[in-house]
Amino acid sequence: MPEEVIEIESSERDEEPAHAVYEHPWVVRFTHWVNAIALVVMAGSGLQIFRAFPSFGAKIPQQDLLNWPKAFAIGGWLGGALQWHLTFMWIYIATGLFYLAYQIFSGNYRQVLFTRRDVAGVWPTARHYFLFGPKPPTREAYNPLQKLAYTSAISLGVLTVLTGFAIWKPIQFSWVARPMGGFHLARVWHFVSMWAILLFALGHLVMVILHGWNNFVSMLTGWKVDPEYPPQ
Amino acid sequence: MDQRKFKKMNRRELLKLTPVIALGAFAVPRLREPLLQEGLAFSDWASRKLFRPGHLAATFAASELTPFERFPINDYDVDDPGVIFENWSLTVSGAVQNPGDYKLSDIQALPKKQQNTRHVCVEGWDVIGRFGGTPLSEFLKFVGADPTASFITVECADDYYESLDMATALHPQTLLCYEMYDQPLTREHGAPLRLTVPTKIGYKHAKYLTDLKVTHVLEKIGYWEDQGYSWFYGL
Repeated sequence: MPEEVIEIESSERDEEPAHAVYEHPWVVRFTHWVNAIALVVMAGSGLQIFRAFPSFGAKIPQQDLLNWPKAFAIGGWLGGALQWHLTFMWIYIATGLFYLAYQIFSGNYRQVLFTRRDVAGVWPTARHYFLFGPKPPTREAYNPLQKLAYTSAISLGVLTVLTGFAIWKPIQFSWVARPMGGFHLARVWHFVSMWAILLFALGHLVMVILHGWNNFVSMLTGWKVDPEYPPQ
Repeated sequence: MDQRKFKKMNRRELLKLTPVIALGAFAVPRLREPLLQEGLAFSDWASRKLFRPGHLAATFAASELTPFERFPINDYDVDDPGVIFENWSLTVSGAVQNPGDYKLSDIQALPKKQQNTRHVCVEGWDVIGRFGGTPLSEFLKFVGADPTASFITVECADDYYESLDMATALHPQTLLCYEMYDQPLTREHGAPLRLTVPTKIGYKHAKYLTDLKVTHVLEKIGYWEDQGYSWFYGL
């Protein structure tokens, strides 16, 4: 792993020196926070847009799927929500592309990309988290379950953009809309991929809370003090 | 490294994230409106760049049509503005060689096109309808529209108004529509003449047309656009 490790000398004589690892480069932190804000705006304005026709069936007769509360939507009305959606989609896409380009060209994707050699570690980690099983030894910044979650979330992010383009431009991007079943079904996929990414975000927030301050701070400063894995 | 130096380094790293705060501009009421207008304008600019004049919207088989009685009737005002058909004409003005009033029979004498295309509403629903009429490009040729003009503006009997960029107006599937489902247009669907523009969102398909103007600059944008919706909204 390319992470930088330093030793922090303690001011107290009897304290062991702490270790700190540089886990998150600036691009990752910057795009993480901008994208998090963009995701909230996209979901909130998207749900306000959905309120205009909260159904995936016919217009006549119309059967509503759910009445999403206006209090949890952004934009106030359809036209306002579209302004937010059509503005923040560019921010959402730009930070997504910036992140992906950085990860690929820096090689930092190895930190997060779920690969075949992570498969074996998924079950022991899941058993530890959900069934109070023994804690598997950690050797890297992200455990196999984290890698699976983050890789899925990034893939879902790409899917929200592709399904979005299929709705926004079903004719100019007919080649994107066609495998989704055209405009009508692309709208369903767009909705489903949004909920999937929100479900990830919810799980992510729970895990962040459970893992405490040092872990949270690492996404702000890049440095994680006393990581769970031994410094290399 | 001692703790003080480590803290200083952390502070520096945190400060590098301050550009994120720029997004807070969207929370300031005075800045929000202009920023969202910029975002919408950028999206419209991108839409215009993405529009391919020769690329056709998908057409559908008769079996895929939404039944006529389930084709929604959407108006901003009234279903029937009470057009008196005997007195009706389309008033053409602006950058054309032959301005004046055109009867429905003048338009029907031009080449006719019928197509089954998808109608997408900004609300999110979509239907597949059968539309018949004269390609707008044929009518523009007929009235001698200036080929260097950039916009078409239409006005309607219910005081609705809309505009199209010239590339869309000349698109082969953009019709001056006087038939739906092989029947003369009904009053609710915009009789005697409406626009059908398969490459655009539904609110661009103006009904009950009374005036058509060809211009070099955009004089009137559109009813919903003036409320804050996208102008180009190409599909």
